[in-house]
Amino acid sequence: MAATARDPMANHSDFQEVENAEDLFPELTGGPREEADSSGERSNGPKLDFDDDADDLFAEATEEVSLDSPERDVLLSDGPSPAITPVTPPTSVLTPRLAHAHDDMFTHSSFDELEEEESSEASAVAVSVSDPEKVGEGMNAYMAYKVTTKAPPSSALFRLPEFSVRRRFSDFLGLHGKLASKYMHAGYIVPPAPEKSIVGMTKVKVGKEDPSSNEFVEKRRLALERYLMRTVQHPVLLKDPDLVQFLESSELPRAINTQALSGAGLLRMVNKAADAVNKMTIKMNESDAWFEEKQQHFENLDAQLRKVHASVESLVCHRKELSQNTAQFAKSAAMLGNSEDHTALSRALSQLAEVEEKMEQQYQQQANADFFLLAELLGDYVRLLAAVKGVFEQRVKAWQKWQDTQLLLQRKREAEVKLHFSNKPDKLQQAKDDIKEEIEELEGKVQQGERDFEHISRVIRREVSRFEKERVKDFKILVTNYLEALALTQQQLIKYWEAFLPEAKAIS
Amino acid sequence: QQEGLDDGPDFLSEEDRGPRAVSVDLQTDATLQVDISDALSERDKVKFTVHTKSTLPNFKQSEFSVVRQHEEFIWLHDSFVENEDYAGYIIPPAPPRPDFDASREKLQKLGEGEGSMTKEEFTKMKQELEAEYLAIFKKTVAMHEVFLCRVAAHPILRKDLNFHVFLEYNQDLSVRGKNKKEKLEDFFKNVVKSADGVLVAGVKDVDDFFEHEKTFLLEYHNRVKDASAKSDRMIRSHKNAADDINRMASSLYALGTLDSTDLCKFFLKVSELFEKTRKIEARVAADEDLKLADLLKYYLRESQAAKDLLYRRSRALLDYENANKALDKARAKNRDVLQADTSQQLCCRKFDKISESAKQELIDFKTRRVAAFRKNLVELAELELKHAKVGTLSVTLSVSLLMTSSSPPPLLSLSCRGTCSCCRVVWVS
Repeated sequence: MAATARDPMANHSDFQEVENAEDLFPELTGGPREEADSSGERSNGPKLDFDDDADDLFAEATEEVSLDSPERDVLLSDGPSPAITPVTPPTSVLTPRLAHAHDDMFTHSSFDELEEEESSEASAVAVSVSDPEKVGEGMNAYMAYKVTTKAPPSSALFRLPEFSVRRRFSDFLGLHGKLASKYMHAGYIVPPAPEKSIVGMTKVKVGKEDPSSNEFVEKRRLALERYLMRTVQHPVLLKDPDLVQFLESSELPRAINTQALSGAGLLRMVNKAADAVNKMTIKMNESDAWFEEKQQHFENLDAQLRKVHASVESLVCHRKELSQNTAQFAKSAAMLGNSEDHTALSRALSQLAEVEEKMEQQYQQQANADFFLLAELLGDYVRLLAAVKGVFEQRVKAWQKWQDTQLLLQRKREAEVKLHFSNKPDKLQQAKDDIKEEIEELEGKVQQGERDFEHISRVIRREVSRFEKERVKDFKILVTNYLEALALTQQQLIKYWEAFLPEAKAIS
Repeated sequence: QQEGLDDGPDFLSEEDRGPRAVSVDLQTDATLQVDISDALSERDKVKFTVHTKSTLPNFKQSEFSVVRQHEEFIWLHDSFVENEDYAGYIIPPAPPRPDFDASREKLQKLGEGEGSMTKEEFTKMKQELEAEYLAIFKKTVAMHEVFLCRVAAHPILRKDLNFHVFLEYNQDLSVRGKNKKEKLEDFFKNVVKSADGVLVAGVKDVDDFFEHEKTFLLEYHNRVKDASAKSDRMIRSHKNAADDINRMASSLYALGTLDSTDLCKFFLKVSELFEKTRKIEARVAADEDLKLADLLKYYLRESQAAKDLLYRRSRALLDYENANKALDKARAKNRDVLQADTSQQLCCRKFDKISESAKQELIDFKTRRVAAFRKNLVELAELELKHAKVGTLSVTLSVSLLMTSSSPPPLLSLSCRGTCSCCRVVWVS
């Protein structure tokens, strides 16, 4: 299962492919990363993966179900192989489109030629996630998704303009882990991956083809698609060889470190805790008002977004309730119509029951729109904001490191001075040379620390302004889609009640 | 002490004066017109101003008003029920007790939580709760009025002396609510009655009309009960959803006021939109409540009153048959024949009287029911249509507003998934 090496276009390319899934000492890429992030890839030996045991057998057995086009949502498969259970997404799901607007004009300010190229490349690449298929049975089963990439041939990133691969959820998590460990510390906002859900997956594994597990799969598929789209739209991330490999290569080394209870998982948890403590203890002299302002801004945004998200989730819940209660009322009204002995009234009541049934479906659709268009996207943004905050924290860490090195340098210099004034001539020359060496090294490190800090500050500024623009775009599209769905619902309601009115008037 | 509620101003706006036939379509005739012209909500009671206009000679004046409380309405209703002469009529159901507890509790909680929310949020919620309170208030006034109107429209009941006293006597009727002992008595009476009802229901009636009515009413009553409960649940969910949208609008407003970037302006617009949506949803729920839920609740009570009538008739029939049997026995034994004979004749007359009026009452009930359902269903449909049209308009307006505010206008394609064409990103170094 050797992965093919990518061309050296990426600027972070000093890593070794993992030859064997059992060999788990991947080299980390260059750059100061002693304080590995929460998704660091260190592990010490083969890990047991309880959901991937039979993986190798079935990896080859996954048949790609033939579809007319990647745009089809409903799975049609004739005669699936016994190991595969295709999943039909709920029919009443309103699939939101992460369609992005055409924009043929963009304003120039002063920016790098290279960055413009990068951004135009990024905007032209499209990724879609489709065809969820259950592979395997029982607790060893997992969902495999088809990932299709479309890129204009002008961008020399991929071999073909259009291609697809099959990936499973842990692959996505592995990708995020790699990207985060490479880029977060440099100040890039790496889009977060969808969350694991043990409950949801267990239901799917157990094999119940009920609407709730279908909904779960659909929800996850969309989340994965949004995640990939956000990632490929980041001009720097797009060039990353790990990402390219993820999108292109037919075989991917299994990401075992994504297991919650593995060694890597525990390490992640420890790191998270350490980070939390650090956050509380590091007090940085913020010289740049921009950062302070932005940080405050993001805190407020986070708090409010969470509130909106909570209200939207409550709305989804109540709309579903409304839909159910309306259905029950419809049945009850039908019964009432049956027992009414005045014929015209009886008919009108039955009509009312029918109208209410149709309303129930509208409410159901509206609940789905609320959920998929609003709730999920808001949830994404809450997590994205967490990534943004993480990036700010990285900057603080970089500053801390720089300061620490500076302090160390100062101490060494003091030691040197002391040495000058001490009276031990025999050790003196050697010690003086040693110290001089150390001081030179430290001076270099201090300069590097400062450069790093400034670099990360610059990157963050760019990232934040890009993030803000993306946000505006995303939210506008999201709300407009939601409104269009709403308008449709209202129009349907008009139709139903207009049909009912003459029936009601006909009661004599 | 809740401001604005105790000894509050006149809650009934001008447009609400005049006979309100909420659930009943009544012929109001000039000889006796009754309505509730005013109402006052105090801490634990509601005072209704009952206004009468009459050309009947029984009254001292042709137009007059008195103040009555809920207990006095109940007293009047009970006096009808207990009056043997009215056994053959459907007694108009008593109005339900005014229940502001839930609303009061909410207002109290709001008052306690005043410190934890912004001034705008507080005023907004207060307004809503006050509107809710007002709606409940209007409903209870309507229920009490309907009761009086039904009595006034009934050819026999309108002549009742207690009714005239109720309308005219401008002092307190000193009707105290039932004390514990009486309530307990009532409870046992009801238990006995329902047990009896089961017995009596088994009596097969020779008259097809009544037999049919019995089966019909039983089934109808149960179904109305079910429909009423389900409609209440549905409306409650609707109100909950509207509340959620309200909260969303508030949070979005807060987001919008964080700073003055493009995004925040956008959020403000969205917040406005959701505010409008919420208003519409709340109105739809309120109208459903008024036109559907109240209708069903009222006919739940009326169908119970009709069932009670049938019960009384069946009871009278049973008594008559028993009296017949007793007479035969007495004749056979030749003892107390006169007594048995008188008693049998009494039962016979009672039964005949009830049967006669009951038939007409049940026919009237059907007419009333059909008319009320028609009126309410038509109004419901018209209101729902109106709201849906307003909703569509406001949504399409908002969509165009949102789209024109941005530069350049995004091209939306709901149907092409998988293709992506997005804005070029502007990079600022």
